[in-house]
Amino acid sequence: MLGEGIIKGMVETARNFVGSYSDPERLTTVEYPEDKIPAKENARNFPFLVYDGDDAARGLRCVACQICEKECPPKCIYIVKSKDKKPDYIGKPQFYPAVFDIDVSVCMSCQICVEVCPFEAIKMDTEFELSNPDRFGGLLQDKHRLAKSNEYYHKIHETEAAEVDARLAAEKAKAEAKARADAEAKAAAAAKAATAAATPKPAPNPTTVAPAK
Amino acid sequence: MQAAFAIIAALTLVSAIAAMSLRNLVHCALCLAVAFAGLAAMYLQLDAQFVGFAQVLVYIGAVAILVVFAILLTRSGQPVPHSVVSRSWIAGVAIAVLVFCVLTRVILSSSVSQRSLPAKPSPTVREIGNQLMTWYVLPLQVIGLLLTAATIGAVIIAMNERKSAGGDHRVTADQGHGHGHLAAPTGLNEGNATSIASETGSESPAHYPQPEREREVLAK
Amino acid sequence: MIIGEFFRGLFLMIWRVATDQPEAKADLLAVFPPSARPVISAVLTVSPIIGIFATLFALTTLLERKGLGRIQNRLGPNRVGPFGILQPVADGLKMLTKEDIIPRSADALVHFLAPVVLAVPTILAFAVLPYGRNLVPVDMDAGILFFFAVGASTELAIFMAGWSSRNKYSLLGAMRAIAQMISYEIPLIISSVSVIMIAGSLSPVEIIAQQGRYLAGGFVPHWFVLTPWGLAGFIMFLIASLAESNRSPFDIPEAESELIAGHLTEYSGFKYALFFMAEYFGMFAVSGLAVTLFLGGWHAPFEFLEIVPSYVWFFAKLMGLVCLFIWVRGTVPRLRVDQLLNFAWKFMLPLSLLNLVVAAVWHFTAAWEFPGAGLGRWLLGAVMIGVPYVWLGRALSGSKKITQRTYRFAD
Repeated sequence: MLGEGIIKGMVETARNFVGSYSDPERLTTVEYPEDKIPAKENARNFPFLVYDGDDAARGLRCVACQICEKECPPKCIYIVKSKDKKPDYIGKPQFYPAVFDIDVSVCMSCQICVEVCPFEAIKMDTEFELSNPDRFGGLLQDKHRLAKSNEYYHKIHETEAAEVDARLAAEKAKAEAKARADAEAKAAAAAKAATAAATPKPAPNPTTVAPAK
Repeated sequence: MQAAFAIIAALTLVSAIAAMSLRNLVHCALCLAVAFAGLAAMYLQLDAQFVGFAQVLVYIGAVAILVVFAILLTRSGQPVPHSVVSRSWIAGVAIAVLVFCVLTRVILSSSVSQRSLPAKPSPTVREIGNQLMTWYVLPLQVIGLLLTAATIGAVIIAMNERKSAGGDHRVTADQGHGHGHLAAPTGLNEGNATSIASETGSESPAHYPQPEREREVLAK
Repeated sequence: MIIGEFFRGLFLMIWRVATDQPEAKADLLAVFPPSARPVISAVLTVSPIIGIFATLFALTTLLERKGLGRIQNRLGPNRVGPFGILQPVADGLKMLTKEDIIPRSADALVHFLAPVVLAVPTILAFAVLPYGRNLVPVDMDAGILFFFAVGASTELAIFMAGWSSRNKYSLLGAMRAIAQMISYEIPLIISSVSVIMIAGSLSPVEIIAQQGRYLAGGFVPHWFVLTPWGLAGFIMFLIASLAESNRSPFDIPEAESELIAGHLTEYSGFKYALFFMAEYFGMFAVSGLAVTLFLGGWHAPFEFLEIVPSYVWFFAKLMGLVCLFIWVRGTVPRLRVDQLLNFAWKFMLPLSLLNLVVAAVWHFTAAWEFPGAGLGRWLLGAVMIGVPYVWLGRALSGSKKITQRTYRFAD
């Protein structure tokens, strides 16, 4: 009969109305500033720079390669490369960003900077309360504000951070192994050269060994 | 009382003249609505409540709306570029004055004006209803029949239009329709008020725009 | 001395209004010179009406937001003041301090006049409603007609708002509003005509007086809603008044999702507030008329409850209807334009005309004398309106086959 559906619907909404008073479980909303829903692990909002260790200035993984700056669709990243170099996590000397700014008001949270970074240096944060009374300085975040520790990264994206760490550790191990192998090879070569030099057979040219490194 | 009459009369006249002479058609229609309201106020001032309210309900509530609708559906609301006053306006005014003089002369000389004014009646709505249902029942029924026929005719026109959709025919049909809009609603609305009253035996007038208009709206 | 008289008159007036006595203003008016009395009297009548309904408006906006929230399993506004009670104040302040924007290409005069032309008739409509036993602002012979006349003139205001904004959404909204209001005014008026026919009067006071009797030892009021034609008329009146006041599910003229806000698109600040207020005032007025016509006006539901002041009952019924409107808004989705007009012309109009016939039958069977006549009469009326309702409902909705919808362009 015509009108039956409306009656059913009104009974349903009445049930909601009464139920929302008697059963707080029904309320789907959260009283935001007081209560917050913990961020989901895959949540992402705004990038930050990861650093290892305790010192943000020294541990920064970023090497100022400027790939993210080039790839950023809305061009919200601004990087100035340093003049000098400092050792990275492997110990290899690398450049570091003298200036690294991201404009909050321009960033569109696309995560492309994260995808393209070969050094696992930039990651997405779950922090979303970015509003600021100062619309110039407050919205342009410099590298000191962007830098967050690897522990923080572990806290917000546990699985992903573990993968990244494993990968970095593997790379570091590989690099170390390679360095060790190099060193061994060098030592072997040196030993060989030494033995060769020790033999009565005259050495062709001792200088050829020395600069071989 | 005199002052109130003067204000209302001036308002009605000014808005009626504006309704004729403004360039923007929608402004004209709105001025016409003001003139209707002035007339209603005039009726109310004469203690004719029923007629005054019926005037507001039918003319402002329905006729003005339908005029506005007709304007919007037939052409754009752009003001006309040239002057709205015809070049031969002197002749027109002269003829109008002449006709007015003749009519005045005739009325003044007729026996109607010699009669003394009847005692001021105090018509209650109940009396009006009784009169309509007893003494004037035949005219009421005839008007009701006429307007029902008009409504049915309008519906039939609208149905035919839907069948023959497409091509040049459609365009001409639309144009023909536009004229119909302007002319038809006045009669229809007044009429259905009375026709409904006749059916119900009550005095409440209801206006009754033909469904064709709604279909037109849908088509847009 | 004069001041003493003034305060005596004032307190007497308040006391008399509170206790349902007639001639409440007489003592206060006697203080003033005779030439000033009509103006003072009008002010004394008008200002409480506007004050009370403005307060009711503020309360209703809060009630609506809270109620809709609960219907959707939310809390509703709860930030301003305890439980969000001060939310209407915050809304009002926001409206008043906002910039008043007039589009450059708008027709400035008409754009300015539209909210005024809308607000005046909606407030005028309160003039004829009887709020209590002796609380009628204007006891007019053609009161109901006056109500519908001023209600009809709001349509032009909405058209003015839509057209003068020079915005296609506004114009579309205005056209829809007019089509809808014209269509639903007919069932609205015809369903109230049945009451007028039975009561034999266009005066709200007279109509309420006819509903003032009690049957069955004072426990069944003689309200028109308790008759078959009255019930059908009341439901149709409510549906049509929902459409007249542009409320959901008939809010297509200001459909936010398709027309932004229809004729309200180009309005801001105080003018927008006026439109908003006029909408709610219209809802109150039409609910007040429904209370007057069908729910016995200010009469109590049971005879022994007549001790309670009459205006309490009037406003209780009014707020009950407003809550029903809010409930419907929280439940029913918006109609499409064609559904809306089809419903008006193919369903509401025939049924309301038929309801007139039922009312006439009811009127002429009043003389039945045989035992069980009352029940028989009731059943006859119920069958006369119920069977066509079911049949028409089947005919209109049954012809549609529900099939898989196919999309021509979207696949």
